[in-house]
Amino acid sequence: MADLAFERELSSFRRGVQEGTSIAIGYFPIAITFGLIAKSTGLSLSETVLMSLIVFAGASQYMALNLLTLGTGIYEIILTTFIVNIRHFLMSASLNEKAEDDHLLKKAGYAFGITDETFSVASMNNKEVTSGYMYGVNGISYASWVVSSGLGFIFGAALPHVLQESMSIALYAMFIGLLVPSLKGHVKVVLLSLTAACLNSAFTLSHLLSTGWSIVAATLLSAVAIEAAAVLKKKRGGQEIE
Amino acid sequence: MNNPIIWMIIGMGIVTYIPRLLPFILFKGKELPPFWQGVLKNIPFATLGALIFPAVLFIQDNVLYGLLGAASAFLLSYLGLNVIVSVLGSIVVLTVYSSFV
Repeated sequence: MADLAFERELSSFRRGVQEGTSIAIGYFPIAITFGLIAKSTGLSLSETVLMSLIVFAGASQYMALNLLTLGTGIYEIILTTFIVNIRHFLMSASLNEKAEDDHLLKKAGYAFGITDETFSVASMNNKEVTSGYMYGVNGISYASWVVSSGLGFIFGAALPHVLQESMSIALYAMFIGLLVPSLKGHVKVVLLSLTAACLNSAFTLSHLLSTGWSIVAATLLSAVAIEAAAVLKKKRGGQEIE
Repeated sequence: MNNPIIWMIIGMGIVTYIPRLLPFILFKGKELPPFWQGVLKNIPFATLGALIFPAVLFIQDNVLYGLLGAASAFLLSYLGLNVIVSVLGSIVVLTVYSSFV
């Protein structure tokens, strides 16, 4: 029996690695650029790789470099990091609903690897989310992030500019590729993503909120508002929004 | 360990891990009210919308560049191609675009 459970975990781990491959591709140019900027900011190779190993959150790592250049103190950088990354709370809460029940320690392990990208891939996959699967998705993404950061530090300047630039579409293309199949025939999904996109654009373009808070606010507001609308419509005997 | 950068990295790591971990502890084995379960199920779709816009427009100085990339990815995935093909396809489109324009 133990063998059977192990087999099952292994196959879901493999499925995770497979589905995480597009993240690994998408992380490559971003981490390369991170390594390159880290070098020009004056970080050492080991500091650069250590930051990717310990933090594993792209936007805040870029921000830290930017703030270091501006001479910002480390406490302020840590606080800003917290604000930029607080959106992961919503993602973990959502994933906790979907994920198969497992020992807390196993979940605590894969919680470390929850990023915008790993969360999106795991949520959009239509099979069960097991711990093995999460370790697969997170593992290949993490490996790509850490290794590419180091490569960027060492070789970053050698990557052709045109390719570096065009590869910056990779993660957005992945988000779109994950979203589009669920848009078809689901009005609720269309409404959710459109509302959040509009709110986030309004909050950031008007400089009302910083990017970190803006994503949190836009996501939560649209998720709550559209759920409330769906419940109201159902109560009034209308058709269920799907 | 007198290097302040190392302490900054450790601090950044801790404050990043807390929001990632907390929900798994707070909501362990708890059944949330149906309304909030619904909200949490909505989160991924809303997140994707907010992650794509407006950021995709600003990957280059030229807004059209991001729009073209996004449109290519949309079309490829709308045709039913899988995610990796959409990713590689939109990279190819933009590489061709910037080599000729």
